[in-house]
Amino acid sequence: MTEESFEPKIVGFLCNWCSYAGADLAGTSRTKYKPNVRVIRVMCSGRVDPLFVLKAFEKGADGVLIAGCHPGDCHYMSGNYKTRRRMELMRRMLEQFGINPERLRLEWVSAAEGARFAHVVNDMTEKIRELGPSPINGGATDE
Amino acid sequence: MGVAVYICHCGVNIAKTVDVKKVVEEIEKMPEVTICRDYQYMCSDPGQELVKKDINKYQPSSVVIAACSPRMHYPTFQGTLKEAKMNPYCLEMANIREQCSWVHEDKERATEKAISLVKSAVAKAALLEPLIENEVPVTPAALVIGGGIAGIQSALDIAEAGYKVYLVEREPSIGGHMAQFDKTFPTLDCAACILTPKMVDVARHPNIELRAYSEVEDISGYIGNFKVKIRKKPRYVSEEHCVACGDCATECRLADRIPNEFDHNLSKRSAIYVPFPQAVPLKYTIDPDRCLMITRGKCGKSPKCVDACSANAIDFEQKEEVEEVEVGTIVVATGYSEFDPAQKPELHFNDLGNVLTGLQFERIFAPNGPTSGELVINGKVPKKIAFASCTGSRDKRVGNPYCSRVCCMYIAKQAHLVKEHIPDADVSVYYCDVRAFGKGYEEFYERVQKEGVHYRRGLISEVYEEDGRVHVRGEDSLMAEPFDEGVDLLVLGTGIIPNADSNEMGQLLHISNSSDGFYLEAHPKLRPVDTVTDGIFLAGCAQGPKDIPDTVAQAGAAAAHVIDVLSKGKITIEPYNAVVDTDLCGGCRICESLCPFDAHHFNEEKGVMEINDTLCKGCGVCGAACPAGAISLNHFRDTQIFAQIGAVLND
Amino acid sequence: MSKPKIAFYWAGSCGGCEVAVVDLGEKIYDVVDAFDIVFWPVAIDTKYDDIRNLEDGEIEVCFFNGCIRNEENEEIARLLRQKSKVMIAFGSCSHLGGIPGLGNLSSRDETLDYVYRKTPVSGNEGGTMPCTTCVKDGNTIDLPALRTEVSALNDVVDVDYYIPGCPPPLPVIEGAVAALMNGELPRKGAVLSTEKTVCDECDKEKRKKMVGKARRIYDDDVDPSRCLLEQGIPCMGPATRGGCEAACPSANMPCTGCMGPPPASQEQGSRMVTAITSLIGVENEREATAEEVAEALASLRDPVGFFYMYSLPTSFLKRRYNDE
Ligand SMILES: Cc1cc2nc3c(=O)[nH]c(=O)nc-3n(C[C@H](O)[C@H](O)[C@H](O)COP(=O)(O)OP(=O)(O)OC[C@H]3O[C@@H](n4cnc5c(N)ncnc54)[C@H](O)[C@@H]3O)c2cc1C
Ligand code: SF4
Ligand code: SF4
Ligand code: SF4
Ligand code: SF4
Ligand code: FES
Repeated sequence: MTEESFEPKIVGFLCNWCSYAGADLAGTSRTKYKPNVRVIRVMCSGRVDPLFVLKAFEKGADGVLIAGCHPGDCHYMSGNYKTRRRMELMRRMLEQFGINPERLRLEWVSAAEGARFAHVVNDMTEKIRELGPSPINGGATDE
Repeated sequence: MGVAVYICHCGVNIAKTVDVKKVVEEIEKMPEVTICRDYQYMCSDPGQELVKKDINKYQPSSVVIAACSPRMHYPTFQGTLKEAKMNPYCLEMANIREQCSWVHEDKERATEKAISLVKSAVAKAALLEPLIENEVPVTPAALVIGGGIAGIQSALDIAEAGYKVYLVEREPSIGGHMAQFDKTFPTLDCAACILTPKMVDVARHPNIELRAYSEVEDISGYIGNFKVKIRKKPRYVSEEHCVACGDCATECRLADRIPNEFDHNLSKRSAIYVPFPQAVPLKYTIDPDRCLMITRGKCGKSPKCVDACSANAIDFEQKEEVEEVEVGTIVVATGYSEFDPAQKPELHFNDLGNVLTGLQFERIFAPNGPTSGELVINGKVPKKIAFASCTGSRDKRVGNPYCSRVCCMYIAKQAHLVKEHIPDADVSVYYCDVRAFGKGYEEFYERVQKEGVHYRRGLISEVYEEDGRVHVRGEDSLMAEPFDEGVDLLVLGTGIIPNADSNEMGQLLHISNSSDGFYLEAHPKLRPVDTVTDGIFLAGCAQGPKDIPDTVAQAGAAAAHVIDVLSKGKITIEPYNAVVDTDLCGGCRICESLCPFDAHHFNEEKGVMEINDTLCKGCGVCGAACPAGAISLNHFRDTQIFAQIGAVLND
Repeated sequence: MSKPKIAFYWAGSCGGCEVAVVDLGEKIYDVVDAFDIVFWPVAIDTKYDDIRNLEDGEIEVCFFNGCIRNEENEEIARLLRQKSKVMIAFGSCSHLGGIPGLGNLSSRDETLDYVYRKTPVSGNEGGTMPCTTCVKDGNTIDLPALRTEVSALNDVVDVDYYIPGCPPPLPVIEGAVAALMNGELPRKGAVLSTEKTVCDECDKEKRKKMVGKARRIYDDDVDPSRCLLEQGIPCMGPATRGGCEAACPSANMPCTGCMGPPPASQEQGSRMVTAITSLIGVENEREATAEEVAEALASLRDPVGFFYMYSLPTSFLKRRYNDE
């Protein structure tokens, strides 16, 4: 795959109450953004098991985006705090696995932040494009 | 068998950017798919008919609708499935409008994304299971926490509808902040004249159990079936015997020695007191922190109050009592606190005598206040008065970025009252914006300006004392010139802040606080009265700063929600809950402390965890933490999500 | 009628599994009575050719321990698979990759370079490296090459059953042998142990869990009667299949996870990561910065090495990649 034609495949896990609603708002406001993220809706970012992240990478995702409510705003009070802690350790683990931790991104997007959602998607798409295809996805291996 | 899939054009909303025919072509190829159709408007009657007919003909195991956001139409299509006698949870939606056609321009790539989203929905749908909604009975009673105008209004409305209400108020009397005012903006009605009759109604209403001087200690259970522990603090005065003659207070050894909090310390009271003469219930209370009998075990030869009380109402042996009640719903109406200006040292609030807060100034005008309603400060009639708006509001430095929504208007009211008392007084308001947004507010603001109140744009940046006067310094931002005025009285437009215990209460109730500390509504626009916990509603300033009309409106809405739940007699609960496979649970108890709703119960005997499906809200936090993989989330199972991951990555 | 044949083999392993078999003690005689041991390199003298000369499927059961680290391991695994009716992965290494599986965090060259050149005790001044052929006195000797990555047995051949553990605990081996002799083997692919986790067998007192910070077992105030994890000591028990009778926690050592993931877990490492990070609290979490969160979790060192101690080659990601 050449640099220009590389279109990153990103899996996005969005919490139902804030981030998914924020993504919907980007839609109702007709804010345009890159089509690289495939969204999977979960009730709370706290539902996102690190297992899902690893599964997505295993299946060839170039990046994984998790978006939840801002601290203090989680519909279930504290789900997003657990996500933040889990993903912090996941990032360290990805590093040990030799996968650039930038490929995993955790963002807070409220129901009112449609524009921010669009920005996050665009920004992440470009960053992953720079990183190139995931090494698991037929990218470079060690030998 | 299989999955029935419907791709909506949404007129041109979807079809303009997504090649719907191409999507159908691709989806038809999926082995899971029994039938795939497209239609102009799936949500229209004919659209829904189409689905119903197919359900009857093909008997699919699940249905996928690729259209707009599930947040919009999931319930609509659940209805369609129900009408076709299909389990309404065997439905998955692919959001190809809000999250696809409306946000992308390149038709080819939008189509590609739509295909991927529909495939993901099909992959999940193929693994969906019918779910049964839970029904639980409702205890026909309500708890209202807080006896300000919000709590009073809610309690009366619910009681009038025929349901029992427990109204819990922390202070010795109900009434809240409104009881401290003389007049209310913008109509200048007498606060007491509209509030006290309601307070009396509360006391008299056969359906209202008033628990004043009490606090909620513990709440367990769930919508329809809450168990509440109410702790009644000892008044050391028998409510039954006290006739409120007040002889005890007159005789008290500490009479006129204790700062009176109802007057914001502008007057003094005894150790045995009623906060104000119109208190409800009108019963005396002994201040346990000050009374000599309680703090030292001795009050002269014998306590003077006991000697004075001809009704023998005083009882130092009184103990706190904890009562447990059962209710179906809860209204949180705990109101607000006033910003403490000491947090802004440049105002020298505590060092200067002639600086008052907004609530203190309210008390000055009140006929039952420290000056019996006379505008006298430290024994003098002030001639020159300044108001400082936005004290502790819209101020990131003190952590309150929000607008308190009442200060501009109460300043206008107080400025007007000053003019009424002292027509020749020189009154200036230092403001940064005037927010007169309510009905009749702008008109009132204009009226006050016409009455000769000067509005100067520019916040006061420094306060100091010189020649016995308070000086205010700052910059007039309209005239672009500095000001430095000596005044007889500075009134701070102190803002509204959440109560100090709001986080604690939030945890007790399992409801969230928004970043400003007030309780968070379930949706800022569409569900402003609900909380995330079913059966718990918000009223008044507990949810955020607001004036009395808005408070009363919200209190009425909360009461309507309560009555709605109570009148149904039973409620259904979404079945998205977590389920423990007890054959796999190793009893590590990791999940237990993670649940925000205390839904977990450890079965000591069997050594396994159990989850109460009425308490569980299906957030999934525990499922994503169970190291044994023993917890699965209905409708969001690991296998279902894995299938979606595989589908979007073309696996 | 001749007795059914069985075989034991060790691939990339430490030898502990062999000792575990010997630990059967007198029970081994029951096995010898019932079966004819045709192959057991550690105990009897047989050659690979003896196996090659057998009919396909002639061996009733093969107990295979050790991971697939070099080409010889792989070759013999294929050979034994071909000759055996039932192939049993015995011990963590053949079941999951085992501790040698952590080698997947380095490339083959890094491993060789480290082992032969960089360890303080190598004393290899000439920098000699192993090679796959060697000519000595006119004879050519072929040596197996190290594979680029470590695999579990089922990555190279079809496996019928798994006996977990490092090494497999006696009761588990006994249970498996009994099932075998009585012809009561469960469905193919089963792990021959319990379905519940180590915690279920651990008799430490378990309370509603709240963990402050991760601690170490040698911190002096650890209460041996209470669950170690609750006291901040990372214990893999909750994410690990039981059957070992909680051997390690019973001796006040945290479980390191040798019995592998329980049936519904899919991934031992990340399951434990989610559990433990969910429990470790952060002060004033709403205002906490990313750095403060990282700081609170800093005490969990080397997460992959710890949480995937036995299961890296069979985890979702399997090994280290190279993301430039
Ligand atoms: C200086 C000032 C002047 C104002 N003037 C006007 C005006 O003129 N017109 C107007 O429309 N609005 C005015 N307001 C706004 C008005 O005060 C509020 O809109 C109104 O009081 C809100 O009522 P509430 O019942 O929500 O809260 P509150 O009046 O604060 O009542 C809350 C009650 O709950 C009790 N409580 C709190 N916590 C607990 C607990 N844990 N357990 C049990 N009980 C508890 C409290 O003791 C209190 O009795 C003014 C506000 C200020 C600061
Ligand atoms: S986390 Fe899982 S194994 Fe542990 S108690 Fe909860 S359900 Fe059981
Ligand atoms: S899913 Fe959420 S609400 Fe339900 S039991 Fe688990 S943690 Fe509690
Ligand atoms: S010590 Fe380990 S094995 Fe025992 S209960 Fe605690 S976590 Fe489970
Ligand atoms: S406690 Fe854990 S490490 Fe120890 S033997 Fe059991 S599974 Fe293996
Ligand atoms: S609901 Fe959005 S993060 Fe929990």
